[in-house]
Amino acid sequence: MAAVTPEQLHHHHHHGPTGLMRWITTTNHKDIGTLYLLFSLIMFFSGGVMALTIRAELFQPGLQVVQPEFFNQLTTMHGLVMVFGAIMPAFVGFANWQIPLMIGASDMAFARMNNWSFWLLPPAALLLIGSFFVPGGATAAGWTLYAPLSVQMGMGMDLTIFAVHIMGISSIMGAINIVVTILNMRAPGMTLMKMPLFCWTWLITAYLLIAVMPVLAGAVTMILTDRHFGTSFFNAAGGGDPVLYQHVFWFFGHPEVYIMILPAFGIISQIIPTFARKPLFGYASMVYATASIAILSFVVWAHHMFTTGLPASGTLFFMYATMLIAVPTGVKVFNWVATMWRGAMTFETPMLFAVGFIFVFTMGGFTGLICAITPIDIQVQDTYYVVAHFHYVLVAGSLFSLFAGAYYWLPKWTGHMYSETLGKLHFWCSIAFFNITFFPMHFLGLAGMPRRIPDYALQFADFNALATVGAFGFGLSQLIFLAAVVKCLRGGEKAAAKPWEGAEGLEWTVPSPAPYHTFEEAPVVK
Amino acid sequence: MGFTVRRAVAWGVGAMAAPAFAVEQSRINLQAPVTRIAEQIYDMHTLMLVICLVIFLGVFGVMFWAVFHHRKSKGAVAAHFHENTTVEILWTVVPVFILLGMAYPATKTVLAMKDTSNPDITIKATGYQWKWGYDYIKGEGEGIQFFSSLATPQNQIGGQAAKGDHYLLEVDKPLVVPVGKKIRILTTANDVIHSWWVPAFGVKQDAIPGFIRDTHFRADKEGVYRGNCAELCGKDHGFMPIEVHVVGADKYAAWVAGEQAAKAATAEDPGKVWDLAALKERGARVFAANCVACHQADGKGLPGVFPPLDGSKVVQGPKADQIATVLNGRPGTAMAAFGKQLSDTDLAAVITYTRNAWGNATGEAIQPAEVAAGRKG
Repeated sequence: MAAVTPEQLHHHHHHGPTGLMRWITTTNHKDIGTLYLLFSLIMFFSGGVMALTIRAELFQPGLQVVQPEFFNQLTTMHGLVMVFGAIMPAFVGFANWQIPLMIGASDMAFARMNNWSFWLLPPAALLLIGSFFVPGGATAAGWTLYAPLSVQMGMGMDLTIFAVHIMGISSIMGAINIVVTILNMRAPGMTLMKMPLFCWTWLITAYLLIAVMPVLAGAVTMILTDRHFGTSFFNAAGGGDPVLYQHVFWFFGHPEVYIMILPAFGIISQIIPTFARKPLFGYASMVYATASIAILSFVVWAHHMFTTGLPASGTLFFMYATMLIAVPTGVKVFNWVATMWRGAMTFETPMLFAVGFIFVFTMGGFTGLICAITPIDIQVQDTYYVVAHFHYVLVAGSLFSLFAGAYYWLPKWTGHMYSETLGKLHFWCSIAFFNITFFPMHFLGLAGMPRRIPDYALQFADFNALATVGAFGFGLSQLIFLAAVVKCLRGGEKAAAKPWEGAEGLEWTVPSPAPYHTFEEAPVVK
Repeated sequence: MGFTVRRAVAWGVGAMAAPAFAVEQSRINLQAPVTRIAEQIYDMHTLMLVICLVIFLGVFGVMFWAVFHHRKSKGAVAAHFHENTTVEILWTVVPVFILLGMAYPATKTVLAMKDTSNPDITIKATGYQWKWGYDYIKGEGEGIQFFSSLATPQNQIGGQAAKGDHYLLEVDKPLVVPVGKKIRILTTANDVIHSWWVPAFGVKQDAIPGFIRDTHFRADKEGVYRGNCAELCGKDHGFMPIEVHVVGADKYAAWVAGEQAAKAATAEDPGKVWDLAALKERGARVFAANCVACHQADGKGLPGVFPPLDGSKVVQGPKADQIATVLNGRPGTAMAAFGKQLSDTDLAAVITYTRNAWGNATGEAIQPAEVAAGRKG
């Protein structure tokens, strides 16, 4: 992505290497942000192809397209690629581009480490995707990599473990960078409580990352030693416990869910006020709600494990704690609606995605609350109901917010307005096909269809066919996004420094496209 | 609780959500419950759905009102308010009370689900890759043991034959339990984690290798109830269903008597010497039931995942090594320890079969006595 044209480079007397070496050696937060976004886009389409293969197999009962073993590899890798390859790096890309611009810093605090944290990702992705081609294929243990199934896998599992290690290191370095940048490099006058909400949500997310990525690394390392070095962490015959893996994994896994949604809340909290032309309602309560969600996320992990046979007291504790998360999440939704109330709204593509986000994400929130009720969870655990639930929060939540943010900041990044026609088409196709794909899955799950199966009983056939049609529609709709981005990169209407009438914040005080170096002298915030 | 919820539901959505809605095999809702607990879950889900729907309509009624009326194109001018302490406290506190209302019935059901005391019959369900094993441990039918595997033929899965009514939800030998009795299910597993799930009973309990967990149900209605393994357990996770026949007390007693008589009749003389042809013929059946999923009918396995037997060094090598492998399994791989699952005669037969099938031609017949010796060694 040529976010910065050569003339500007020249204009700013930039003497770094050019061509490929520029991207490999860059320490510029905008270049690195672009690299992260490009990487995540590639991974998004890779994971999407896997998803469509899964849906093709599930179009009809019977085995037609893939065999069960490969099917399991696809569901596993789809999850890992989307979580670690698409969603997380995309948010880090946004953080790299926007946090320095929003707090008036000249770059990230540790510019060289920033380069390294990005360039760890492509080798990790190669290990992950490359594992399809080793003997035995990729790991087929599900993205949760539950032991002892993951101990049974072939060498694809080892490659995945190393990929997770590397991505974990990358995330931790990225998170440290974000924390230090936000705490130390804000422009004079920008107190924490004046900071844009996107920065707040990322600050809290970064702490979550630092806290839980090592836990995941520990869990997969224990699998590695169980596989190869004769330990028995998860093997009862050697004094271990398979359920221990699940406790450790979900101690990472639940905060991970919020790692993927809190920055989304941040993006939405920037966009709604802009297009409502009205300040964000309840700024302080938004900050407190974000922090509450993050803290609660550490004490709810076993709600993923209600069917493992927890004691009654444990079950009740985790049920109550999980239900409590509905309160701060509700506060956020109420605040967004209150921000829109009596605004003067317009509905450009970022706003469409933001409103779509609130509407559809909230459905995922409600099914989350329903899943929190242990007896109901016993019925829907490991069914398509859960698949529907987490795609409502991860696709309609995280992904839609990423689209909203991309359209919102593309003019700042490229200097051109994107095509509003393409953007709107992308939104309406995405939201329609998203619901056609995932809404029927609630019914499938309630009626008793387990997840992670390549073939199913006949009563599930109609909704599966519908979901597959929707999935292909959704997949194709993403090509519109690609077209819109490419078109915007290549040209288009010149973007003003502040292309959105209601936008506020330091990023809109610099020209569009943002020059290679910004805020070399810190602005003063009053 | 059932009573109050049903009244609340009737008040909320009229006749729609009453049990009449829970017709057999609903495609859009939880399956028709046949235990008290499944019924409570069903009602709780309906109640939750109604509460969520009301809140949803409220919040998005407001949002879409704003979306359609507070538009710049309609001449709306933005207000400037950005906080209101009263409203903010209210929408924090009110949800807490709604949640308390939800937690109360859920807590009662959780406690009922966890109460596995005083069962009439105790059955151990063991998850294997990829079938279920049942042991009647205590109560009427004590001592009955059998395996329960998918009965759907491969040609239906592959699309060469029309799919039957209970496609993928049928087994060769279902679990049989009496109606109205408290059945305690102990779950465990032989290899990886499985999960024993029968939706109509409101029961789902993970089966964890090396550990025993328990759950229970008391079915109020005779009938056939079907479920699946609910925890990803490898290649054939989607192909190890659960089928439970709930029958009247008389029929159950007759079934138990039949099982016990059959067990006595098939008791085999472990010292019997078999000829090669008889072993191979029996071994082919044992192979088809236990080994074919991984090692495949052509003995070639799945490259990189499951090793071939055709031309294998173990199969063509010393008998004692192969007997030990089949008896004890290969820790850390999908190769199970079949010593606990199969009789000496079946093991002798299947080992003989593999040593004389495909390209393997050792010409050796393994006798049950050799397997018995392998168990001691």
